Amino acid sequence: MTSPALLLEQVTCTFASREREGERYTAVKDTTIAVGAGEFVSVVGPTGCGKSTLLNVAAGLLSPSSGGVRVLGEALSGINRRAGYMFQAESLMPWRSALDNVLAGLEFAGVDRGEAEKRAREWLDRVGLTGFEKRYPHELSGGMRKRVALAQILILDPRLLLMDEPFSALDVQTRQLMENELLELWSADRKSVLFITHDLEEAIALSDRVIVLSAGPATHPIGEYAIDLPRPRDVNEIRLTPRFVELHREMWHKMKNEVLKGYARSRKN
Amino acid sequence: MQEAAKIDGESGARRTNLRAARGRLALYHVLLLGGVFLFWYAMTEPGLIPPFYFDDPTRAKFFFGQPLEVLKRIWIWFSGGTIYLHLGVTLIETLLAFAIGTMLGLVLGLWLALSPTASTLADPYIKAMNAMPRVILAPIFAVWFGLGITSKVVFGITLVFFIVFFNVYQGVKEVSPVVLANARMLGASGRQLLRYVYLPSATSWVFSSLHTSIGLAFVGAVVGEYLGSARGVGYLIHQAEGVFDIDTVFAGILVLTMFALVLDFVVTQIENRLLVWRPRAAETEAL
Repeated sequence: MTSPALLLEQVTCTFASREREGERYTAVKDTTIAVGAGEFVSVVGPTGCGKSTLLNVAAGLLSPSSGGVRVLGEALSGINRRAGYMFQAESLMPWRSALDNVLAGLEFAGVDRGEAEKRAREWLDRVGLTGFEKRYPHELSGGMRKRVALAQILILDPRLLLMDEPFSALDVQTRQLMENELLELWSADRKSVLFITHDLEEAIALSDRVIVLSAGPATHPIGEYAIDLPRPRDVNEIRLTPRFVELHREMWHKMKNEVLKGYARSRKN
Repeated sequence: MQEAAKIDGESGARRTNLRAARGRLALYHVLLLGGVFLFWYAMTEPGLIPPFYFDDPTRAKFFFGQPLEVLKRIWIWFSGGTIYLHLGVTLIETLLAFAIGTMLGLVLGLWLALSPTASTLADPYIKAMNAMPRVILAPIFAVWFGLGITSKVVFGITLVFFIVFFNVYQGVKEVSPVVLANARMLGASGRQLLRYVYLPSATSWVFSSLHTSIGLAFVGAVVGEYLGSARGVGYLIHQAEGVFDIDTVFAGILVLTMFALVLDFVVTQIENRLLVWRPRAAETEAL
């Protein structure tokens, strides 16, 4: 059996509380998640359940308190060089134009400027931003910035994509467009994807497999669902198919209690 | 096409309006300045208005100078060319103090912001030195570095350094953690993070303090000259004060003011060129 593209093994993350000395907060507990080669896996869970913590662990930005990360069978130490990370918040360098942002990764790798520029232009074209090369992030719309961020990551051709609610800040229409574009780009060379979201519909529409997390603290997976919807998909239309509705109902039933728990907890704080 | 043309026409009209408004404003500015000079003239010209405060009609002139005399003095300075040497010295002192102070502030700010140990160690001293009224240092520097430009430059540096230092320190501390993590994920090494993330972020803060720091460099130069030197506009003013030549004092002040305005204008130009990436507060693109 080939080793999965990404394997989180028994990951536990405990943080020391900053406000109250000696107090600890366990964000994630004993979580094992595997993403196969070319597989699109989504992780859904209620708000504030430590989803981003998991992703930071997978990216190597955060080392787990216990447990380990394996990338293509190798234990990960330091930054995960095989992964591209799409952040929830604004991640573009505001002092660089769209073109310079896209080619940043190549520049860091020491690729010749002319070559880097050529490839960056190609990628800007692929995400539909030809003509916006010279614009600075503040001159682009939210959706455009996300596209630049996507091109910035994909230009490095990572084997693994880590996405942290990348479209949650966008309006519904832009979001659905971006989801379709993501699927299209993904289907071109089938990278492994670990996609984090709190939106169950988004997770089902995009993924091969969806993992449902419990509410925090000590988040852990409570369910796993294979999504047997046919590809290629249109995220708009697939939402209306009976199988989608069925899957959604089944998973929502599982998630509901956790969402209520998370909600109750956030009310208390 | 027609739509576009129409919009063009509208914005053209708006632009003309804007230009007219600006022209009017410039006119008011000139009128205000003229008014002040006229008032100054009327109050100081002997015998023009009946004396109401000083018994001697020439007393006002002695204390406040006369605008025509002041302008004449400036004219002589510039037409005779005697002022250029002094202005040049002041300019060199200002630019040197500014450049060196900025560099030091940038380097030290980056260093302290990125090294927690150094920063905790240096913190109280930095605070103390910033709190110290540094004008007091000017005479000491004159003793240490002589009456040439060095003492003025060093004094200017002590003024500029802290402005830049605190801004850079702040700038580095406020680099968005997401932008930083993103650059790391894109493969930036420690050195590349410094060059491509921290430095651009810090420089933007340096530029936001550019007006203040060049202004202070200028103050440093003039105050230094005033306290002891053989050249520079500050020296001219000091000399004139020594013989109660108020007209020359005012002429020097006017020249310095114009000079500062020119510096400020240049800084604004540089800033606009270098900070295109920064969103402006109210940005409505004129179609």
